[in-house]
Amino acid sequence: MWGYTLISELELDASGAYVATPELLSRIVSELQCGLPLSDRPYREVANRLSISEKQLMNLLRGMLRDGSIRRIGVVPNHYALGYTHNLMTVWDVDDLHAERLGQKVGELCFVSHCYLRPRANAWPYNLFAMVHGKTQTEVDIQKQQICELLGDTCTDYSSLRSTKILKKTGLRI
Amino acid sequence: MCSAQVSSIPQDSVEISTYQRNLIQQLQSDFPICEEPFEALAGRLDSSSEEIKDAIATLKENGVLTRFGPLFDIEKLGGCFSLCALAVPSERFDSVAEIVNSYDEVAHNYARDHEWNMWFVLATKSPESLQSCFDNIVFRVNCPSMNLPKRREFFVGLHFDI
Repeated sequence: MWGYTLISELELDASGAYVATPELLSRIVSELQCGLPLSDRPYREVANRLSISEKQLMNLLRGMLRDGSIRRIGVVPNHYALGYTHNLMTVWDVDDLHAERLGQKVGELCFVSHCYLRPRANAWPYNLFAMVHGKTQTEVDIQKQQICELLGDTCTDYSSLRSTKILKKTGLRI
Repeated sequence: MCSAQVSSIPQDSVEISTYQRNLIQQLQSDFPICEEPFEALAGRLDSSSEEIKDAIATLKENGVLTRFGPLFDIEKLGGCFSLCALAVPSERFDSVAEIVNSYDEVAHNYARDHEWNMWFVLATKSPESLQSCFDNIVFRVNCPSMNLPKRREFFVGLHFDI
């Protein structure tokens, strides 16, 4: 059952390159969301399961890296295990007029792993979220101070939430 | 679904060797796309493909790596994400966590030291299914809730200097 292509699932784009149909893309995602197999030819193994060729899978993955639907291929370390035991979700109430510009700057700080603007809610005044990671309390205190200085007067209130327990974590990564 | 439950995710530092450290450092950037990627990597790391595969298997097993493979941007693929929070009374925390975790759509769930003490990420195929999943969870757990889909993403990713 392997070695041949389900042509209906691969279409030619304007440049003549094969692109996957949404159905095939979703099968690729579900096949790979638990990770790549640790075999000598991991792409061939996955391609066989998808009934496409190794070469087609590799080309599709390269295309997905180019268009950003795959951020990267590699490992995701558990930051706790690497000594980053101080992980904070810092949240900031930033003037909407400046939130876009300053969010960009906060996201560029080297210790920030995720940075988003989100809606405010009842009893939740914060619109800018930045995850920071450090090896000591002092380190994250300095990081918070740095964000605070960057935001200056545009920020009226902030808080930080420490994760006390990982209750669930699946292979699906944002 | 390949969910790793609490017990397998160490929240303390784990001893790792210099070799493992270099490997993780190397694998935070791009893993090769070629017929024999481990072989290709072995050249760069002055190692063997067997040694690399064994090391990744060990690091996954002891929880140092939560994942090895492609990281998808689900939104680019047409999916939906949202960060949601609950304010759970402490005496009901464990039972609420059990309900929340039972949903396949819940990708991550963290306890946090705040009045909003449970934070989880919902991942679904459409905005409609995201809202209905959220509503369903909130209906079942009956706690104050927030659904905070991102309006703008500035940066995702971090190259840990290890």
